[in-house]
Amino acid sequence: MRPSDLLHPRPEGLYCPPGDFYVDPLRPVPRALITHGHSDHARPGHGAVMASRETLAIMALRLGEGFCETRQEAIIGEWVTINGVEVAFFPAGHVLGSCQIALRWKGLTIVVSGDYKREPDATAAPFEVVTCDVFVTEATFGLPVFRHPDPAKEVGKLLASLQENPHRAHLVGAYSLGKAQRLIRHLREAGYDRPVYLHGALERVTAYYEETGIALGPLARAAGLPRGSLAGEILLCPPSALADIWSRRFAEPLTVAASGWMRVRARARQRGVELPLVISDHADWDGLRQTILETGAGEIWVTHGQEDALVHWCLGQGLAAQPLHLVGFGEEAAEDAA
Amino acid sequence: MKAFATLLDRLSYEPRRNEKLRHIVRYLREAPDPDRGYALAALCGALDIPAVKPAMLRALVAERVDPVLFGLSYDFVGDLSETIALIWPAQFTGSNNAPLHLAEVISTLLSASRREGPQLIARWLDDLDETGRWALLKLVTGALRVGVSALLARQALAEFSGHPVEEIEEVWHGVEPPYTDLLAWLEGRGPRPDPSAALTFRSPMLAHPIEDEDFETLQPADFHAEWKWDGIRIQAATRRNGLARDVRLFSRSGDDITTSFPDLIEALPENAVIDGELVVARDALIATFSDLQQRLNRKVVSAAMLRDSPVALMAYDLLQVEGEDLRPLPLPQRLARLEALVAAKAHPRLMLSPAVPFESWEALAEKRAQSAENAAIEGVMLKRLDSPYLAGRPKGFWYKWKRDPMIADCVMMYAQRGHGKRSSYYSDFTFGVWEGEKLVPVGKAYFGFTDEELKGLDRFVRQNTINRFGPVREVVHEPQSGLVLEIAFEGLQESTRHRSGLAMRFPRIHRIRTDKKPAEADRIETLRSLLRSG
Ligand SMILES: [Zn+2]
Repeated sequence: MRPSDLLHPRPEGLYCPPGDFYVDPLRPVPRALITHGHSDHARPGHGAVMASRETLAIMALRLGEGFCETRQEAIIGEWVTINGVEVAFFPAGHVLGSCQIALRWKGLTIVVSGDYKREPDATAAPFEVVTCDVFVTEATFGLPVFRHPDPAKEVGKLLASLQENPHRAHLVGAYSLGKAQRLIRHLREAGYDRPVYLHGALERVTAYYEETGIALGPLARAAGLPRGSLAGEILLCPPSALADIWSRRFAEPLTVAASGWMRVRARARQRGVELPLVISDHADWDGLRQTILETGAGEIWVTHGQEDALVHWCLGQGLAAQPLHLVGFGEEAAEDAA
Repeated sequence: MKAFATLLDRLSYEPRRNEKLRHIVRYLREAPDPDRGYALAALCGALDIPAVKPAMLRALVAERVDPVLFGLSYDFVGDLSETIALIWPAQFTGSNNAPLHLAEVISTLLSASRREGPQLIARWLDDLDETGRWALLKLVTGALRVGVSALLARQALAEFSGHPVEEIEEVWHGVEPPYTDLLAWLEGRGPRPDPSAALTFRSPMLAHPIEDEDFETLQPADFHAEWKWDGIRIQAATRRNGLARDVRLFSRSGDDITTSFPDLIEALPENAVIDGELVVARDALIATFSDLQQRLNRKVVSAAMLRDSPVALMAYDLLQVEGEDLRPLPLPQRLARLEALVAAKAHPRLMLSPAVPFESWEALAEKRAQSAENAAIEGVMLKRLDSPYLAGRPKGFWYKWKRDPMIADCVMMYAQRGHGKRSSYYSDFTFGVWEGEKLVPVGKAYFGFTDEELKGLDRFVRQNTINRFGPVREVVHEPQSGLVLEIAFEGLQESTRHRSGLAMRFPRIHRIRTDKKPAEADRIETLRSLLRSG
């Protein structure tokens, strides 16, 4: 038996023939297992969807209550059988509710990690290493130039800029699911106790984070504030809003972005970012390598990102490795989520 | 080093010119001598450190990082210094804030051999954090690319000191890094540096592009017209000094480019400051800009280059002669003096840019269109007869009237990642037109689009790749699927380097024609017919 008998790419996404289900499919399918709520992984229109309780709730929030026909909540760490294939969900540390999905069949274990990170994050359950034969990994930051610094140091830059530019509104581009809430937590941990202002697009998901018991301190709406306000304050918005006319309403807006891409100057400059913060919800080069080795997998499949480099490194470690060439992943991540 | 690294870091993220100025001025106020002078020289591109060359840095990093991973990283990041700074294996024992002074780095490197240079760099890289590593590498390779020109640096000096920038420019070429005498003068602590010790640059007079409505108000009889040559604007200054002879060639921004053009020196008259266009000229035939391009930015000029691409000066103004400042005189008087000077010198490499006589704007428009036959001419210049020579870009005196570019619909065939600002995106595009049933490449374009359009182009390349050749991706280009690019260009030339036998000048992406199918793109015959008119 080959691992591809248990899981292989199809145009719809990663497919498990004996279990007759897909993992994070790109097109509507009868049965889907979803790792997390980002829109390049969690799409509407499937028949049955299995995911963590938080991911199901986030999908309902973002896609509408009718995003699928039937829902099944995955209990973290509990094995269930689907058409003879054993399946279990384990935390991936990426965003609230994000999971890796493990498949076990005829003595073979494959783990599909979705998006993941290894850094501590008070808004997501920490990544759990699952021993497996085949590890399916992302490679968003799969180049040795990507090493994420301590987020506390990056948040320190934002706080220093507030001191230095009290006349300017600090507009921070951060993805609405995960990055925004994590950034608020880091600000609170750094002792920042002023209200954090939110763009309308961030409100619902943020409220859901609070409902699950994640304390985010005082929050305020940016909608309806008079022109020229928020000098010396922090306003979080989706990265795409930074370039909108909307952003010009505030007091001499200073453009901040929190993303792993900010590590590369040209990326920050292309988007007109004045203060780049390297804060990412994806594993960096060290995180990817550490995780691959810890899983004990002898075979590595790389889904999206900088596949070439990570595959090259795996081969150098004596691991079998190949890119899966899945289309459609990381498009959103490249723009916003990373 | 830390203050310099912070300055460079801020400049690199600051798009606004005035804010860049503010950062430099603040640095000049806070940093000590001679650090700040060296920093200024680095920003102007006036530092040359022979002990460090990019190839050595690559060798240095190859000892520490897998070359395949380095190559992929460089391809993504697009900047050598930045890639090395990011990829350099962190020395966790490092103090991170080694009290390294800019002046110490530079003086140590200037006295170092080519063998010692890389060793010193490696030691410093181990001691610095990422921003420090990046700034150090930018400094020593001289490729700062933080959007600061020599002109902007001098404007910072003007703002820093309250002296007009013209005053600073008059002494600029008499001073050397680290500029302690200049800074002392600007801070009122010392005498004005003596510019007569060297030939100095005078701010050139610049032209405005002419607008259609200008012709309604301007009178032909008030203007002198001449060709707009497609070379580079230079200022040639000479002085007989006893037995010695000083010659300086300055670029439009005041950079000293004398050493690149030794073949022009003997053509210049004594004790004069001439404004004109530097061109490649074979006998009396003026070559195109692409020929001249090979001569630019060279410190060493080979004998073959001097033989194959000799330069000449197309003179069009005279600022000074025998110590007399002609700049306040009206244009016809300056031109008369220039003509006499050129005639007296009688050297084939010194030419007077001829006047283009005309009666009406319509007649001049016709001559401008005909000038398309000469690829070395970009259009015409219009200069008011009563204009004195004024520094900067004064309104209402000089106008440039360039030819209209040509347009062709082409199909994207190959793409490659760009460097610098465009790095990590596919931004260099090879495009072609139809020859029979096949597309033949006719050129490459890497500008003309907005950042937003670049994202779309990049996405198109990634989603439509059919082949990879190293860094080059071939994209789909069938009659019914592919991307049509409307290319604007400034003329066509026959070329043996391209399979199509044609080469476009300054091709750029004018529009992205998602509304057209590749089958609707132009045919090679259409371009060939433009050859004669272009
Ligand atoms: Zn994600």
